Amino acid sequence: MNRNRLLLIVLLPLLLTLAAGLGYAVLSLPEQPQYLQQLVMDNMADSGVSHPVTAVLLNFRAYDTLLEMVVLLLALLAVWSLDMADPQHKTAPSLVLDTLTRLLTPVLILVTAYLLWVGAHAPGGAFQAGSVLAASAVLLSLAGWRLSDKLTALPLRIVLVAGPGVFIILSALSMVLEGQLLKYPVAQAGLFIVILETFATLSIGATLAALFLGVRPGKINKNKDRKHK
Amino acid sequence: MNPANFYALVGIGLFCIGLFGMIINSHLLRKILAFNIMGSGVFLVLVALGRRAENLPADPVPHAMVITGIVVAVSATALALTLMIKVATQTGQATLPDEDDK
Repeated sequence: MNRNRLLLIVLLPLLLTLAAGLGYAVLSLPEQPQYLQQLVMDNMADSGVSHPVTAVLLNFRAYDTLLEMVVLLLALLAVWSLDMADPQHKTAPSLVLDTLTRLLTPVLILVTAYLLWVGAHAPGGAFQAGSVLAASAVLLSLAGWRLSDKLTALPLRIVLVAGPGVFIILSALSMVLEGQLLKYPVAQAGLFIVILETFATLSIGATLAALFLGVRPGKINKNKDRKHK
Repeated sequence: MNPANFYALVGIGLFCIGLFGMIINSHLLRKILAFNIMGSGVFLVLVALGRRAENLPADPVPHAMVITGIVVAVSATALALTLMIKVATQTGQATLPDEDDK
């Protein structure tokens, strides 16, 4: 206790100083710079979408988004490589959870599609849609639903890499067409972005749900088989 | 004070609260939560500073970066939680060993 109190006495002034310093830094910032913003606004017509954030994410700075998809995949690989035990629930889900999941899953999938589509001209897009999709998958898994064994081996992995994969294919295509990485042809930019976002949504949803479950699918069944033999 | 500065200051407050929690708590779950609060503070500062001038539209570049950051933070949190569970199952406690304990 004594040590903790001493820690508090030293720590609080230090943190308050840090907060004051950061606050001063924020308040004394110069006027909002307009260079990047102006650059985005000037090129909106060529971006293929009408919402500036989506244009930045999937066109002007698509390289960041591509790397981000890879980071997601990398995190999943790291989680799978930790070889977690499966926390399988043997009890049946309660009536409330069961009914709610049945009602909500179609709605959540609809919301996913809406968010994906609306991203072109309003707040929304692949990441928001992907996280809603992941939420529905998490809800399903909490209610005791699991992907069938046939789907967990190769099909799940294909879905997981579809986002980054299609991204890389399209960026290679853009190099062939326009001679520069991720520089979409202006006329087809909208189509490029819709394709990218669709696959990215599926991948992000699957990756986040798999991150939540934490268990490498297929592993448990293999162990079961071994026991039987 | 315009709203953007207010939100930015709130973000700084969240960051410092998270830092405090991270130093004070030894339980790893609390540390991970505190780290996420710190991250939320940083995101709030970035989003707020994207729209400092009230007569201008919001700057989309920091906003797009924040979306990227949130997704990366979620995946990093998942990895951290998995590591924590692994530590807890291996050692029986969800804290890192202290130097004094040796």
